[in-house]
Amino acid sequence: MPSDTLDAPAVPAAPPGGPDPAAWRIVPRRRTGQWAAAAVLLVLLVLALASVVRNPAFQWGVVADYFLTSAVLRGLGLTLWLTAVVMALGFGLGTLLAVLRLAGNPVLRAVGRGYVWLFRSVPILVQLLFWFNIGALYPVILGVRTVNLLSPVAVAVIGLTLHEAAYAAEVVRAGILSVGAGQVEAAQALGLGAGRRLRRIVLPQAMRAILPPAGNMLIGTLKGTSIVSVIAVQDLLYSVQLVYHRTYQVIPLLLVATLWYVLVTSVLGVGQHYLERRYARGTAGAR
Amino acid sequence: MNAMVELRSVHKSFGTTEVLRGIDLTVAAGEVAVVLGPSGSGKSTLLRTINHLEKVDRGWISVDGGLVGYRRGAESPARRAFGRGGRGRAADRLYELREREVLRQRTGIGFVFQNFNLFPHLTVLENLVEAPVAVQRRPRKEAEAAARKLLERVGLAEKAGAYPGQLSGGQQQRVAIARALALAPKVLLFDEPTSALDPELVGEVLDVIKDLAHRGTTMIVVTHEIGFAREVADTVVFMDGGRIVEQGPPRQVLDRPRHERTRAFLSKVL
Repeated sequence: MPSDTLDAPAVPAAPPGGPDPAAWRIVPRRRTGQWAAAAVLLVLLVLALASVVRNPAFQWGVVADYFLTSAVLRGLGLTLWLTAVVMALGFGLGTLLAVLRLAGNPVLRAVGRGYVWLFRSVPILVQLLFWFNIGALYPVILGVRTVNLLSPVAVAVIGLTLHEAAYAAEVVRAGILSVGAGQVEAAQALGLGAGRRLRRIVLPQAMRAILPPAGNMLIGTLKGTSIVSVIAVQDLLYSVQLVYHRTYQVIPLLLVATLWYVLVTSVLGVGQHYLERRYARGTAGAR
Repeated sequence: MNAMVELRSVHKSFGTTEVLRGIDLTVAAGEVAVVLGPSGSGKSTLLRTINHLEKVDRGWISVDGGLVGYRRGAESPARRAFGRGGRGRAADRLYELREREVLRQRTGIGFVFQNFNLFPHLTVLENLVEAPVAVQRRPRKEAEAAARKLLERVGLAEKAGAYPGQLSGGQQQRVAIARALALAPKVLLFDEPTSALDPELVGEVLDVIKDLAHRGTTMIVVTHEIGFAREVADTVVFMDGGRIVEQGPPRQVLDRPRHERTRAFLSKVL
């Protein structure tokens, strides 16, 4: 009677397939749901694509006509240049600010903290307009008329860099904090100076934590530079705007700009992948 | 007896917690001192004050005749010009050194950490070469040749190109010892060098330290390995509550401890 209280055994007492366990075969679980979901999504994707391609309002012909025109390419060039300059200067200044914020000297800490507070608080659009109108605030600096001093492109570089640096400072600081205190102590015990410790020991290890958010910021900056169109800097967005203000083909020209942004972002994503792999040296999964 | 490391009346507090309450200790050149004691007795802090990773609150420490982290008396001319301090009392004042000077002193004091603290993004060879090249300005070729010799001595010649993450704990600690030796320090300090290791890997690290002892390296070793202390130590120092309870040759401290506290500790760990 004891067998009544138990469920029927799921596994037969005598295993099939002979007595040799090495000869048994493992059959993976079926993933029916996964395949079904993939099929449904694929169908939806095809439908959406077909609608985009066949809807004449997108005017793909116009997109193709303008995609490689010199005006658009010049705008793209300026956008890429601006992105590169702002990222380089912004992260340079940001690294300096991060070091200030982590310094032992309370005066330096206050400077770093104050900068980040100020430039994170002021909207980038407002900041650009301030720099653009600097002549109204300080008409003459050191005997030079400020109106002549700053071109719109210079205003764009200054404004975007100062803004970028405040965010970069926090990204770099997070990276530095992610490196264990023991690493700094070991470097100190070996007599390495502060600069060498930072460059050679801390920052290379911090890069692993810095790169993913820095990649985010790079893509954000690429698209964010489009804000300079308000001060008449001819970046990618402003270049297509100039065209559609003339031809009223708003949608296809915005598509031209969008496709370029998507294209560049995709390339940057690939670059980030390889950079991350390089800085994973010496850790599990690398080499 | 030529004192290599000397501590006099060393006090250290973290906030309101007194960690060192007046430590006097002398370690002669070529001598091995093993520091024993329960957790929280101040052993590690003591060791860290010797290379100025922790600043002392009171007292002084000297290595090979030079004060660690401070300069005594003789004020800088600039300070005197501003009329601060001084006035005939300079002899009993200790002036904190600049970081650059502290760093130079540290190259004469090797430190081996419990958790190895190898630089994970550098290869074993790069770990060893970094300080000799950057701090002592030795030519890279020469430093690399010296580093390979040291790796051979700790039995890891074939691991020069490996990253620390690819080594076992015992191998990492041997690399860390070689890295400390690369600066040719006058003293080696070990902070529980085998506490983070699997039991079967402890032996290989202790063998390296024993070999150094036989070569006449001055060493201060904080550890829980009583057997190692008995075999290698010239002096065993027993600490509790921020004080040195007793010190002497291993036969005396380990076999015939005079203090009840030492006896109680040894009965638990043996």
